Amino acid sequence: MTETATAVGERRRRRVGFLGGVALTLAIAGTFALAIGSVQVPLADLLAALTGGGTELHRNIVWRNRLPRVLGAIVAGGGLAIAGAAMQTVLRNPLGAPYTLGISQAAAFGAALAILLTGVGAGSAAGGLLATWLTPIAAFLGGMVSTGVILALVTYRQATPETMILTGVALGSLFQAGLTLLQYFASDTEVAAIVYWTFGDIGRAGWPQVIVMTVVVLAATAYFLRHGWDYDVLDAGTDTARSLGVNVDSLRIRGMAIASLVTALIVSFVGIIGFVGLVAPHVVRMVIGGTERYLMPASALVGATLLVVADTAARTVLSPVVLPVGILTSFLGAPLFLYLVIEGRAYW
Amino acid sequence: MQRLTFAYDDEQILEEINLTVQSGELLGLLGPNGSGKSTLLECCNRLLGPDSGRVTIDGDPIATLAPDERARRVGYVPQSESGAFPASVFETILQGRRPHGGWSPSASDREAVERVIDRLGLDGLATRNVENLSGGQRQKVRLGRALVGDPSVLLLDEPTSALDLKHRLEVMDLVVGQLQGDVAGMIAIHDLNLAARYCDRVALLAEGEVHAVGPPDVLTAEAIREVYGVEASVRRHRDRRLVVPEAPADTGPSAAEPPIEGHVADRPTPNTAETDD
Repeated sequence: MTETATAVGERRRRRVGFLGGVALTLAIAGTFALAIGSVQVPLADLLAALTGGGTELHRNIVWRNRLPRVLGAIVAGGGLAIAGAAMQTVLRNPLGAPYTLGISQAAAFGAALAILLTGVGAGSAAGGLLATWLTPIAAFLGGMVSTGVILALVTYRQATPETMILTGVALGSLFQAGLTLLQYFASDTEVAAIVYWTFGDIGRAGWPQVIVMTVVVLAATAYFLRHGWDYDVLDAGTDTARSLGVNVDSLRIRGMAIASLVTALIVSFVGIIGFVGLVAPHVVRMVIGGTERYLMPASALVGATLLVVADTAARTVLSPVVLPVGILTSFLGAPLFLYLVIEGRAYW
Repeated sequence: MQRLTFAYDDEQILEEINLTVQSGELLGLLGPNGSGKSTLLECCNRLLGPDSGRVTIDGDPIATLAPDERARRVGYVPQSESGAFPASVFETILQGRRPHGGWSPSASDREAVERVIDRLGLDGLATRNVENLSGGQRQKVRLGRALVGDPSVLLLDEPTSALDLKHRLEVMDLVVGQLQGDVAGMIAIHDLNLAARYCDRVALLAEGEVHAVGPPDVLTAEAIREVYGVEASVRRHRDRRLVVPEAPADTGPSAAEPPIEGHVADRPTPNTAETDD
């Protein structure tokens, strides 16, 4: 074995070890999240309920309430982290995130418009099926409009990271202004519904939403793993990547489109959950370095773990009050991000 | 046998350039800033598409090669690059195996990278972040990435400009050593003495045209004055040309037409052999 092979093998073991460690943490956090809450479900009863046995109360709590919530947190956290990692890679910028690109603001604008037009929000009791699906659909369309404008601009101009970020920032302010305008003309209840919607809350997603998110997030993960090597090469710069046979423009546009789609979908179902997409990839880059083959799955696991832990905390800290998890991730995420900036400064 | 033919018709950068590089040969592209050296290299690589004319490798026009096939045949070391996120030496060189296909590096890709790391003397640095290496080591890593795909043509855009004396010699020794008879090399270079020492032939470019091409002996005081607008003494040292720049010439390259009184003739930036940019 050469010195190189030994060092590289050692590093790979470290990376696989990190993946395993995070997966284990996620499994423990997930189990814990299923067990605790307003009704505590002991581990044995939990296992029984999961396999279809146990008391009806436990089965109801686990299957109707907590399982979709925990799975929702895993998928949403993982999806946001993968989208964030992809955006950072495509934009060659550590600040790549749904918020920087105006996707969150556009989704919030879409949701607000739907709430105003129908007079009901996902949060109100009335409305039924219409309210359950109309607001997320409008939010999703809003997010995709923002994405579409960015993609259209970079297709006709050059798809440089700078163009993308600047366009995103401009669109973000535009939709923010639109949102403020809508709120100005809305009634008190409507403003409350709009504001409530923007607090990210996993509890909003039921089984159908969780299944849709899972399918899309898995497909996006598969895409980024399949093209991981190309995205690695992209990081070396446009000229180098092209000299290595990579179609840079198409890779950037596809990566951006997929990451935006995932983000818009998640945001439309659970509202705005800040910092997971930004923090998770940075944690991974700092601990095990950046190659996409490890970055993508590791970011997904870290993002999922962060959101499961945050959501469980949001449910239980101020019990019986259930905090929207979006507030908690922002509170936890901002200092964590500052810490990463200060500690990890050497690495970017 | 390599045969690169260039014929461009771009009035601004390159005009009707015809050059051929043989396998195992290193051709130095010389000329002042803006004379078209980098543009020429980028055309050989399809980073830029020429307006007219064509580039062929082994008789195949590169314009018709698939991107992966072209990337397998042409290794390229850009003038400068900076990754947005950290990458290790091993990962950076591994990027050079991408055109060999697959969605994920295979065992043979990894072995090729290990061999290149060994050949370039980068052992012990494999897992280090490239951005934390010295300029010379970083340049070797980029050279490694260009070589790891076993190209038949190697294009280098001023790989020594930012390096100190020792690393200039080390990198040039490596470049020449890697050609080994079956790779054709083209290097854009500012340092005339390095060019005279390492290149088999040099092409002097001025305003997008080939002023002279041939063995380093074409580097005469007169040619340097005409191309660079610099008065220089050319000596012989151990059978090599040694260019000692003296002063910017009074008249620019267009010496035939005397400048109009009170008007400074437009001439390329004077360039000394002691570039330190």
